Amino acid sequence: MADLSVNVAGVHFNNPLIAASGTFGFGREYGEFYPLSALGGISCKGITLHRRDGNPPPRIAETPSGILNAVGLQNPGVDVFIQEDLPWLKQQNTVVIANIAGNTVEEYCQMAEKLSATDVDMIELNISCPNVKSGGVQFGTSCAAVEDITAQVRRHCTKPLIVKLSPNVTDIASIAKSAEAAGADAVSMINTLTGMRIDIRTRRPVIRNNTGGLSGAAVFPVAVRMVWQVANAVSIPIIGMGGISTWEDAVEMLMAGATALQIGTVLFSDPYAPVKINEGLNRFLDENGIQSVTELTGTVQPW
Amino acid sequence: MKYDVRQLPLLSNKEIAQGIYDMRLEYKQDDLPVQCGQFAHVYVPGKSLRRPISVCDASGGVLRLVYQVKGEGTKIMSQMQPGGTVDVLVPLGHGFSVDSTKRYCLIGGGIGVPPMLYTARQCENPLIITGFRSESLVILQDDLKACGETLLCTDDGSAGEKGFVTDLLRAHIAEVDEVCACGPTPMLKAIAAVCKEFNKPCQISLEERMGCGVGACLVCAVKVRKNGEEIMQHVCKNGPVFNAEEVVF
Repeated sequence: MADLSVNVAGVHFNNPLIAASGTFGFGREYGEFYPLSALGGISCKGITLHRRDGNPPPRIAETPSGILNAVGLQNPGVDVFIQEDLPWLKQQNTVVIANIAGNTVEEYCQMAEKLSATDVDMIELNISCPNVKSGGVQFGTSCAAVEDITAQVRRHCTKPLIVKLSPNVTDIASIAKSAEAAGADAVSMINTLTGMRIDIRTRRPVIRNNTGGLSGAAVFPVAVRMVWQVANAVSIPIIGMGGISTWEDAVEMLMAGATALQIGTVLFSDPYAPVKINEGLNRFLDENGIQSVTELTGTVQPW
Repeated sequence: MKYDVRQLPLLSNKEIAQGIYDMRLEYKQDDLPVQCGQFAHVYVPGKSLRRPISVCDASGGVLRLVYQVKGEGTKIMSQMQPGGTVDVLVPLGHGFSVDSTKRYCLIGGGIGVPPMLYTARQCENPLIITGFRSESLVILQDDLKACGETLLCTDDGSAGEKGFVTDLLRAHIAEVDEVCACGPTPMLKAIAAVCKEFNKPCQISLEERMGCGVGACLVCAVKVRKNGEEIMQHVCKNGPVFNAEEVVF
């Protein structure tokens, strides 16, 4: 039995698998499949300062080896999360990460302040949501904007701060460097790639928001490439995600440079995927005589 | 634990009308009995999303899923062979609430007909109205006849009466206490309007493209009015069955 625990920005995770924001709600539903302590952590559904109803349906469509979604950050607001969901989450014996999104930098700061006063374990700055009209990804696509928002939120945030990066940029390594320079404790990547499909019979986009975020196995090679590039550019830990579906994918993402992992889309076809991936990881480590999963991080040997 | 993924032996999987298949799986009712109107989330090898299919029947040790081949996923389902197993997440969702003291009118339109069979089994002498586009799509008539009084209509008159289920509902609504319906949204909207006019309670089963199936990913949104306020709920968890009066069409 190898050691699967990892440490990200001073926070201990029992294993490297974290449920990705937006695929897992606030944990209650998947907690009806298995104890949430099976996961290293949970990144909660993105929360905003005030309640949001999200986009009209359809919000999802299947694509080859993936899905497009545009939920539009439906959530009850940060205060309801703190009062009704966080106390329950904190009893589940897993790391709780609050994912926050705002319309303005001030909103991000206000939420960071409110959450810093709670016992949430970490805060993940969502500056990469492609599915909302204002805010979201606009804060995450230039180095100056990323540096500005990270620095400002940092001043209001006493929790370890993760900046979640958008892949919809030309040079993700320089964006990651900006986040690091402005005080991010870690980066998580990648959020979804903006995509679109059209129903050729109705000539309508297949989701109501016209465009959506592409996730699932289809984006995995892009995610591996980006994690590898960022790992070569920063010294803060990387939480790797984007289409991880099997334990082999998990090993690959760790080798690319990730310290921990988030998984999302695969849960929709297999709710037990995190349990199976952890089992596979453990087997791989044992078979290769590796004591700790941390020994895999960044061990790719590039040509 | 409330949810479990089951590997159910596939007993048969036959085409019963044009493009419509009847999948029968070996299924023992256990501590999580299937309620009428609930659905099964079926894993399709090679696909990123499961396919939500309403439960047509769950009696006699058999889980019956009657589905229409609409795209790649249901096509793969239709090619599954008896002898293997199917990976199913069941039972899911909030089904129809049936009160044994009431007489129900159960209405199904097209591929919305299957869940009305298991619902009919829970009702005392229901009036069952089914509607289809044409004769080639008519399904489950013999099964339904065994559960109550049935009325059939088609858009083109090729089977049963020519017309819509709402015409038959208007003619017979005085005979029932409550209406339960499943089918295309315009049909459900029209049924809800008739029930409102005659002041009869009405439950409708909605459809929306779905992700997780358990209420975590929030994609299958439906707008409902609760206590005067419009809020977003989800077909997979709060539904698929909703009180028609609360749905904001």
